[in-house]
Amino acid sequence: MDPMLNEESSYAPKQTYFSPYAMNGGTCLAIAGEDFVVVGSDTRLSQGFSIFTRDLPKTYKLTTSTVLGACGFHGDVLTLTKVLNARLKMFEHEHHKKMTTSEIAAMLSTMLYHRRFFPYYVYNLIAGLDEEGKGVVYSFDPVGSYGSDGYRARGSAAAMLQPLLDNQIGLKNQQNVQRVSLSKEKVVNLVKDVFISAAERDIYTGDAVVVHVITKDGTTTERFPLRRD
Amino acid sequence: MALADVCGLKTNQLKNSFLSDFGGSSTHLLDDALTSTTNFTVPYGIDPVESLKEFTNPKSDVKIHFDHGTTTLAFKFQHGVIVAVDSRATAGPSIESQTVKKVIEINPYLLGTMAGGAADCAYWERVLARQCRIYELRNKERISVAAASKLLANIVYNYKGMGLSMGTMICGWDKRGPGLYYVDSDGERMSNNIYSVGSGSVYAYGVLDSGYRYDLSVEEAIDLGRRSIYHATHRDAYSGGVVNLYHMKESGWEFISQTDVFDLHYQYKAEKEKK
Repeated sequence: MDPMLNEESSYAPKQTYFSPYAMNGGTCLAIAGEDFVVVGSDTRLSQGFSIFTRDLPKTYKLTTSTVLGACGFHGDVLTLTKVLNARLKMFEHEHHKKMTTSEIAAMLSTMLYHRRFFPYYVYNLIAGLDEEGKGVVYSFDPVGSYGSDGYRARGSAAAMLQPLLDNQIGLKNQQNVQRVSLSKEKVVNLVKDVFISAAERDIYTGDAVVVHVITKDGTTTERFPLRRD
Repeated sequence: MALADVCGLKTNQLKNSFLSDFGGSSTHLLDDALTSTTNFTVPYGIDPVESLKEFTNPKSDVKIHFDHGTTTLAFKFQHGVIVAVDSRATAGPSIESQTVKKVIEINPYLLGTMAGGAADCAYWERVLARQCRIYELRNKERISVAAASKLLANIVYNYKGMGLSMGTMICGWDKRGPGLYYVDSDGERMSNNIYSVGSGSVYAYGVLDSGYRYDLSVEEAIDLGRRSIYHATHRDAYSGGVVNLYHMKESGWEFISQTDVFDLHYQYKAEKEKK
């Protein structure tokens, strides 16, 4: 067989590049209230044009008052949550108390930075109640830079959701508006609406939304269906 | 750890036995996370600088965007040092936050600013804060601004070429008076009276240089700092948010104000129209 005639085989060297990362999609968001935090995420796991599963929430309970939202590369999300949970247990064994939300956020920042030269491809959100019982949301970049916000969206549809949250919750760039503190029910309805909109326009977001509401009495979880297309 | 060394406690043995249960080197990637050593995880057999470049390449599928931060300035004058910064963080084309704290309070008499990679600045300035505290405990006196800036410069020099992005100004007041040093991730360390760092620094320098005199009053200096940052945020897409202003005095730093550039725009416009 003459290799020159056969279009499929060729003796020219081919370069392939192994990428240790993949993009698994998904969106999560968190909104802090006076004495509660609402954390929501969709449940779709995908890669490229395939859906791997419709039942994988991107939120992980860390303690009774803190929830982690993590989207990006699912392999790194799994390892990060495994190590985070191990570090939480180590803290409890050493100090005989549970880590507070701000302590978890500071620890996650250094954990992420220690992988500065081989980052965890994960966009994180830590949401919980602070020592005074007020809601707080911390958002991270992949290498550990973090800050607290009142609300934040992360993941594939974040660029669509964040401006909507800026308008409805932050009341940004609106003149003469009354700042009213939002009730839990209003926030949960807003989260539902926001995910419905995200599922309309982002292919990686859909299937279902899982919403956690964290208050001093504990965490309640609800699940709502979304478009499965 | 210093105390462990003094007591003769060998912590290496403890660490090794913990890890050997898992089979030693197979948990290389998790070593730092579980036992928080100061080693950084680096991918096997791949040059970390080259592999990180993949993520800033617009054609790649996986785009990891790090938060970058950008217009900061500081200047010395007869009443101390004025430090003014913006508060916008961008990740690629997206504005991640308009409320980033770019002045890092190292201790009551030392301030550090953040420009470049947000995580890099925040992490290494926190390491600097720890080193300054250790110096105080060992030497029973405050660290000088020159020594603090040199500590930071030497630390980041070890990572030169590996892709750290950090342009910071270390400001303080010590025995020699007000101090201002510029330190960056290329290993530069310089001292002068006026510095501006970041993508908007070119615009800030214009306003700063035209209004600067060593004998400014405190109010004039504060106004100059604020105005310079405003002009940088007006023209630089990567700067914006609010202007955070600090005044470094002999008794330590004082937080002066936080003003939204939106309000400053209309304030300066009104002033121009009055003339």
